[in-house]
Amino acid sequence: MSLRGLPPRFWVSATLVGFIVLVAVIGPFIVQTDPNATVGGLYDRPRCCGALLLGTDNEGQSVLANLVYGTRTSLIVGLIAGAIATVIGLLVGLVGGYRGGWIDDVLTAITNVGLAIPAIVVIILVSVSLPKRNIYTLALVIGLTAWFWVARAVRAQSSSVRTREHIDVARLSGAGFWSILARDVLPYLLSYVVMAFVLQVSGAILFESTLSMLGLGPGNATSLGTMLYWAIAWGSVRTGAWWAFVPPTLMLTLIVFALLLLQSSLNEVFNPRLRRGPAARKKAVTPGAPSEAPLVVGEPTPVGAAGMLETPTSTGREQR
Amino acid sequence: MSAIFAAEHITKTFGRGRRQVQAVKDVSFTLAEGQVTTIVGESGSGKSTIARLVLGLMPVTSGKMIFQGKDVTHLKGRARAEYWRDVQAVFQDPFSSFNQFFTVGTLLSRSMRLVGGHVGRQRLAESLGYVGMDLSVLGRYPHQLSGGQRQRVMIARALMMRPKLLIADEATSMLDASLRVNILNVLTDLRDELGMTILFITHDIGQACYLADRVLVMEHGVMVEQGRTDQVIFNPQHEYTKRLLADVPKLHEALELEELHEIVEPS
Amino acid sequence: MGTLVDARNIRGVYYTGGKDVVAVDDVSVKIEEGEVLGLAGESGSGKTTLGSIISLIARPPLHVEQGSLEIDGKVQELGGDAKVPRTWRGAVVSMLPQGAMNSISPTKRIRHLVYDVMRSHDRKVSKDEALDRARERITTLGLPARVLDAYPHQLSGGMKQRTVTIISTLLNPRLLVADEPTSALDVSSQKILIEMLLEMLEKKIMSGVIFITHDLPVLRTVATNIAVMYEGRVVERGPTERMVDDPQHPYTQALMSSVLAPEPKYRKIRIEGMSSFDRSLFDAPAVIHR
Repeated sequence: MSLRGLPPRFWVSATLVGFIVLVAVIGPFIVQTDPNATVGGLYDRPRCCGALLLGTDNEGQSVLANLVYGTRTSLIVGLIAGAIATVIGLLVGLVGGYRGGWIDDVLTAITNVGLAIPAIVVIILVSVSLPKRNIYTLALVIGLTAWFWVARAVRAQSSSVRTREHIDVARLSGAGFWSILARDVLPYLLSYVVMAFVLQVSGAILFESTLSMLGLGPGNATSLGTMLYWAIAWGSVRTGAWWAFVPPTLMLTLIVFALLLLQSSLNEVFNPRLRRGPAARKKAVTPGAPSEAPLVVGEPTPVGAAGMLETPTSTGREQR
Repeated sequence: MSAIFAAEHITKTFGRGRRQVQAVKDVSFTLAEGQVTTIVGESGSGKSTIARLVLGLMPVTSGKMIFQGKDVTHLKGRARAEYWRDVQAVFQDPFSSFNQFFTVGTLLSRSMRLVGGHVGRQRLAESLGYVGMDLSVLGRYPHQLSGGQRQRVMIARALMMRPKLLIADEATSMLDASLRVNILNVLTDLRDELGMTILFITHDIGQACYLADRVLVMEHGVMVEQGRTDQVIFNPQHEYTKRLLADVPKLHEALELEELHEIVEPS
Repeated sequence: MGTLVDARNIRGVYYTGGKDVVAVDDVSVKIEEGEVLGLAGESGSGKTTLGSIISLIARPPLHVEQGSLEIDGKVQELGGDAKVPRTWRGAVVSMLPQGAMNSISPTKRIRHLVYDVMRSHDRKVSKDEALDRARERITTLGLPARVLDAYPHQLSGGMKQRTVTIISTLLNPRLLVADEPTSALDVSSQKILIEMLLEMLEKKIMSGVIFITHDLPVLRTVATNIAVMYEGRVVERGPTERMVDDPQHPYTQALMSSVLAPEPKYRKIRIEGMSSFDRSLFDAPAVIHR
């Protein structure tokens, strides 16, 4: 898969995501301050440098330290929940879409019911009744309520791949049900699944923040959402201590924005044919497109990874 | 010459109620062992549907199919897997028949595993040899092969099981004319050297003439004529067959064209 | 009968961001008034690319590096940054692309296609004018006027192709470039389409046709002259009968001999097909019959 002609969106978002991951992974080592240690008074103003770069929060703890550890927590929850949702949704969608019949009917019914129930309500209710709230139980709850969307999307793709000829060839070669799913259907959906995963992660991070802001966050760790909870509960907005709520808000926004931007650029990463190199982008769109023989049609958009091959001269008949 | 396969009053209907389509209507035929039988038909004639019915990839609506004396009309599971040791197919599109993520070796390894062990490896080399290829092609991906090469790999795949019946469903239609002949020659050699029974499905009566021992002509789901190639092509009886032969463009002789009739609309 | 179109030294290259592919390599073709030129070749020969260059619809990644087109005495440069007048497309040269009949919008009636084509050339044309012209043309050529009110899926393959052929020539282009117009059709529909094309030529709806195909027997019936392309070059060109009965270039000979027909001789012989790219065929000098 060549990396030429990728849109700027991809590079921008990839850089942002990389930066965020860096903050989460090595930030704590750079900042060197325990987020739970008291380093100052109530809402001390930001001062250069070190632990007080972003001031202190309601407990005199370093906002900077909390921000860095909070980012790490949010990302972990997002990744775990996203993975759970994607894996379950993938399995359900794959099996239902490929198998068809009553299995598909049952799985689709379950999916539809799940989609109809507002996830946030379920998450809140379940979280309230959890005996122990830590990042892992939260991630699990979020993941279990988010897989429905993935299942529906994957099912549609899976049932369209089912009609392709290479599946018949696989059956005739004696391949079993799971072998066909794993090797003949899944690879064709992979790009789709990756894009769905990215979306799931960003959704999960937002869910976690929402829960935390409602006071239902992890009991033992700081997350961006809990920072906001404390910031609001202790009146930082009222007293103008912007350093308590602006940094976590900005970081959350940055994370979600970067992930969504990344997801929107992935289509061009996986389908090289959709990329329009720098030369094409410089030329203005030709006006009066109808004058170019209305019978000329554009490229059909390939499903998932199927568009990875480029043959400039092929028009449906095979090369020698 | 005994019949290795017999279809009796096969019907296939798609859809329900008023919008039903009968793709295959009450078709009966036999395939003689060790011969090439061709089904010739235009699009919508039902010929490709027949291929899928014979293969068991699709259930018949009514009728019976008999292979080597056994009823194979409603096969499932293990019985169908056994059937697929004796009956194999090559399809029309050499590109979409290939899992683009597989190398040739991966594709063939599935069949090789079915055959098992040492014999499997031998068969691999032999099958490739029959289509004029060698083991060097195992590491290639489909996009690195030409259409003709892909189709030959597909035939090799079908040969791995040493089937008694090979179904070629428009296997040459997407190939250039100059390569088409190569594939037809491979099929002829399979018949002559391995005694394989071949069911060749095409819309091109020229190819049928070159390759087939028997010709079956289909029109809109109905089999209108069948018989030895010489008889059907050089002495057609049915109107449709006659028209088909008359309308086929020939290389050394221009078609007789008619005047267009202007449509006069009632005002 | 004068020269209708004179295409000279056309060179077309695909810039693929990796290796550049030379699809058309210094090709010159001439078409006379009233002529159907059959452009024959297999995949990769460059025939479709040549057709799209001559019909002035070449777009990146296809770049015309060099070449000129002379029509009715007016010379138009095609190479490099040359600007082609917008009015030429569709009105002077019109292309009927391969698979066109399956590419029209399935949710609109045929008459919308008519509007689009007429309007693209002259925005002041009214819908009624466009429709009248199309209706007259269609009935003259043997199709019922009701096709204009139909949706594409309601028409058979043959009717769709004929309709689309008529619509692509509504502006009375001097030259029609048809790419594989018969390839997806049944044998009987092919014959009717050929009859219609020849009738259109006789009525001077267009003055010349380039008929691109890999199907040589079809050219025997429809083409006045045949030009055979191989790997981007024209290897032989001449009158149809001469080309099929007595080809001179080794590639043409190989091509003609691999055509199968329902004739007794094909029951008995074994034909050897070609393998991929044969250097000796490529290097043999081109043969042009006057």
